[in-house]
Amino acid sequence: MAYFLGLLFALVAFWIGMSGHFEPLLLGLGVLSLVLTLILAYRLDILDREGAPYVRLIGFAMYFPWLMKEIVKANWTVIRACLRAELDIAPTLVKLKTICTSDLAKVTFANSITLTPGTVTVEIDGDKLLVHGLYEQDSQPEAFLEMDRRSARAIDGKGAAA
Amino acid sequence: MSDLLANLAQFFEMVRYPAGSALCLVGAILCVIGTIGVMRFPDFYTRMHAASITDTSGATVILIGMALMAPGWLIVAKLVTIFWLLFLTSPAASHAVVNAAHTAGLQPLIGRIGKKTDDEEGAA
Repeated sequence: MAYFLGLLFALVAFWIGMSGHFEPLLLGLGVLSLVLTLILAYRLDILDREGAPYVRLIGFAMYFPWLMKEIVKANWTVIRACLRAELDIAPTLVKLKTICTSDLAKVTFANSITLTPGTVTVEIDGDKLLVHGLYEQDSQPEAFLEMDRRSARAIDGKGAAA
Repeated sequence: MSDLLANLAQFFEMVRYPAGSALCLVGAILCVIGTIGVMRFPDFYTRMHAASITDTSGATVILIGMALMAPGWLIVAKLVTIFWLLFLTSPAASHAVVNAAHTAGLQPLIGRIGKKTDDEEGAA
């Protein structure tokens, strides 16, 4: 039910944000498409924690500013690497083990790694990630511990994170 | 208090176009920097890192600049939607491309490239 309400709320906000009209005709069309979408989502059986992840929105809202900060920091490193007169990089492949348990948390962690410039998730297999990094000294497995912990806490909840 | 708020609103009205334009310009420069990185880096995997500047900071800064110049909240809502779309899809796309290269057996360059090897060559 919570997933249903979350999806409903998100869709209403999306429709109003996109159209901005409040005439009966357009609101009626909105309600029609909303009902259709909800029926289809129910029949496709995708109303679960991955299809409507709005329940974890608060945890993610706490995680998001930290992620943005990391992205800005990493951007600065890669911009300097791009513009340095002499190319000075040390690419490396690292194997990580994540503490995230659910698929959604793993996706969040892997996407956070990919979003931070300088590191790309190459492969996920079970709880092991293969990460390609631009700087060997910046992409040791310890460097990802905090991101791992934070994304696990944001998505899996407090109980799951060690 | 209302006087101060009115002043602030006036200040914002005055400043938002120059600030928005400046941010758009900064974003464009970041995209150019990303392109320079794509040209300069030696192999596929390192080029992906340079390209990710373009789709994280470049796109975000341009969107913030456009949001500052937007005529109403509706445009801001649409820009936020675009930001979310980019935020969710660009890592998936990068991961798909890199994973495809890895699965196809492309070996990444590993180890220090640049300065240090030059020194070693000079010493030898």
